[in-house]
Amino acid sequence: MLDTVIPIAYTLVALAFLMSFWRLIAGPDAPDRILALDTLYVNTIAFLVLLGIHLGSAIYFEAALLIAMMGFVGTVALAKYLLRGDIIE
Amino acid sequence: MRRWLPHPLLTAALTLLWLLLVNALSAGALVLGALLGWLIPFATSRFWPERIRIRHPGVLARFLGVFAVDIVRGSFHVAWLILKGPARLRPTFVEVPLALTTDLAISLLANTISLTPGTVSARLSADKRTLVVHTLDTSDAAALVAEIKQRYEAPLKQIFEEGDA
Amino acid sequence: MTEILLSLFILSGAIFTFVGSLGLARLRDFYTRLHGPTKATTLGVGSLLIASAVHFSLRDEGVSLHEVLVTLFLFMTAPVSAHLLAKAALHLKVKSLAPTPADDRSTPPGAA
Repeated sequence: MLDTVIPIAYTLVALAFLMSFWRLIAGPDAPDRILALDTLYVNTIAFLVLLGIHLGSAIYFEAALLIAMMGFVGTVALAKYLLRGDIIE
Repeated sequence: MRRWLPHPLLTAALTLLWLLLVNALSAGALVLGALLGWLIPFATSRFWPERIRIRHPGVLARFLGVFAVDIVRGSFHVAWLILKGPARLRPTFVEVPLALTTDLAISLLANTISLTPGTVSARLSADKRTLVVHTLDTSDAAALVAEIKQRYEAPLKQIFEEGDA
Repeated sequence: MTEILLSLFILSGAIFTFVGSLGLARLRDFYTRLHGPTKATTLGVGSLLIASAVHFSLRDEGVSLHEVLVTLFLFMTAPVSAHLLAKAALHLKVKSLAPTPADDRSTPPGAA
């Protein structure tokens, strides 16, 4: 059962990557691009978790945790930049 | 007590966080976690000017239940709207007048709104009196505001602010 | 039995992740696009993480609960970044399908 479900899930997540990437390129405004970047982070977490289940290894978990944290900090910094034109006040 | 353990809730949360991070329940991890949970509130005390007090644990538990159900409901709702296509959406900005006064309660309300059916909180006015909320699909803005106030704001007010006034 | 449950979680997680990005690509203005990634994608990843917790708890001895950390973290951060992005978009006057609220002149942008 898992053997059939996991490839389907990989495909769906890969399509999600493509669509987020399309939004990253197409824009049209800066907030759209930041949102696309944030979505790409979350998609990456989904992909890493899926990879962890598929390969039966827990080592991808730390990477997912770090990406979650860094992604959030990055998004907040970029949004702050749009609001203020400056990151560190 | 107050002096040596300024934020008991934070200490408990940090200890639990450490145990989850280590992903094991051993005496060593527990001691180290408790030590960190005790020390970190001192190092970050400037971020916690006031002590958080929870007045009605029962109301909090019910609120968390409603919240959990609404996250799932909200995601299904949004997913359905996305699949139906952009042409049928009726996006609107609504302004929610706030009865909450403390920063903590307002930020919790804003986050709750963002995670539940079809709404994202977009801006808080400077006087902290109104919250601008964007909704994906609505026909009755007044009903939406009433629902937000009754379903999420009232319990938060009860939990964090009752008796403060 | 558990395998069916696990498959269900994985599949629904992947579908929600997909739908969130579909919303991002398909909807017509920034504010509506914001909804997909904050709600659908977050729940999708949450569902995948639950599947991972169940999988590793059953396979190894002992419960694996550290997935809960990432789930909690995502559920706390997703609305915050959505709020900041919406605020930035309002500040920049990004094109919107809905009439945007009047400017809040009393705040300096980015305060609070």
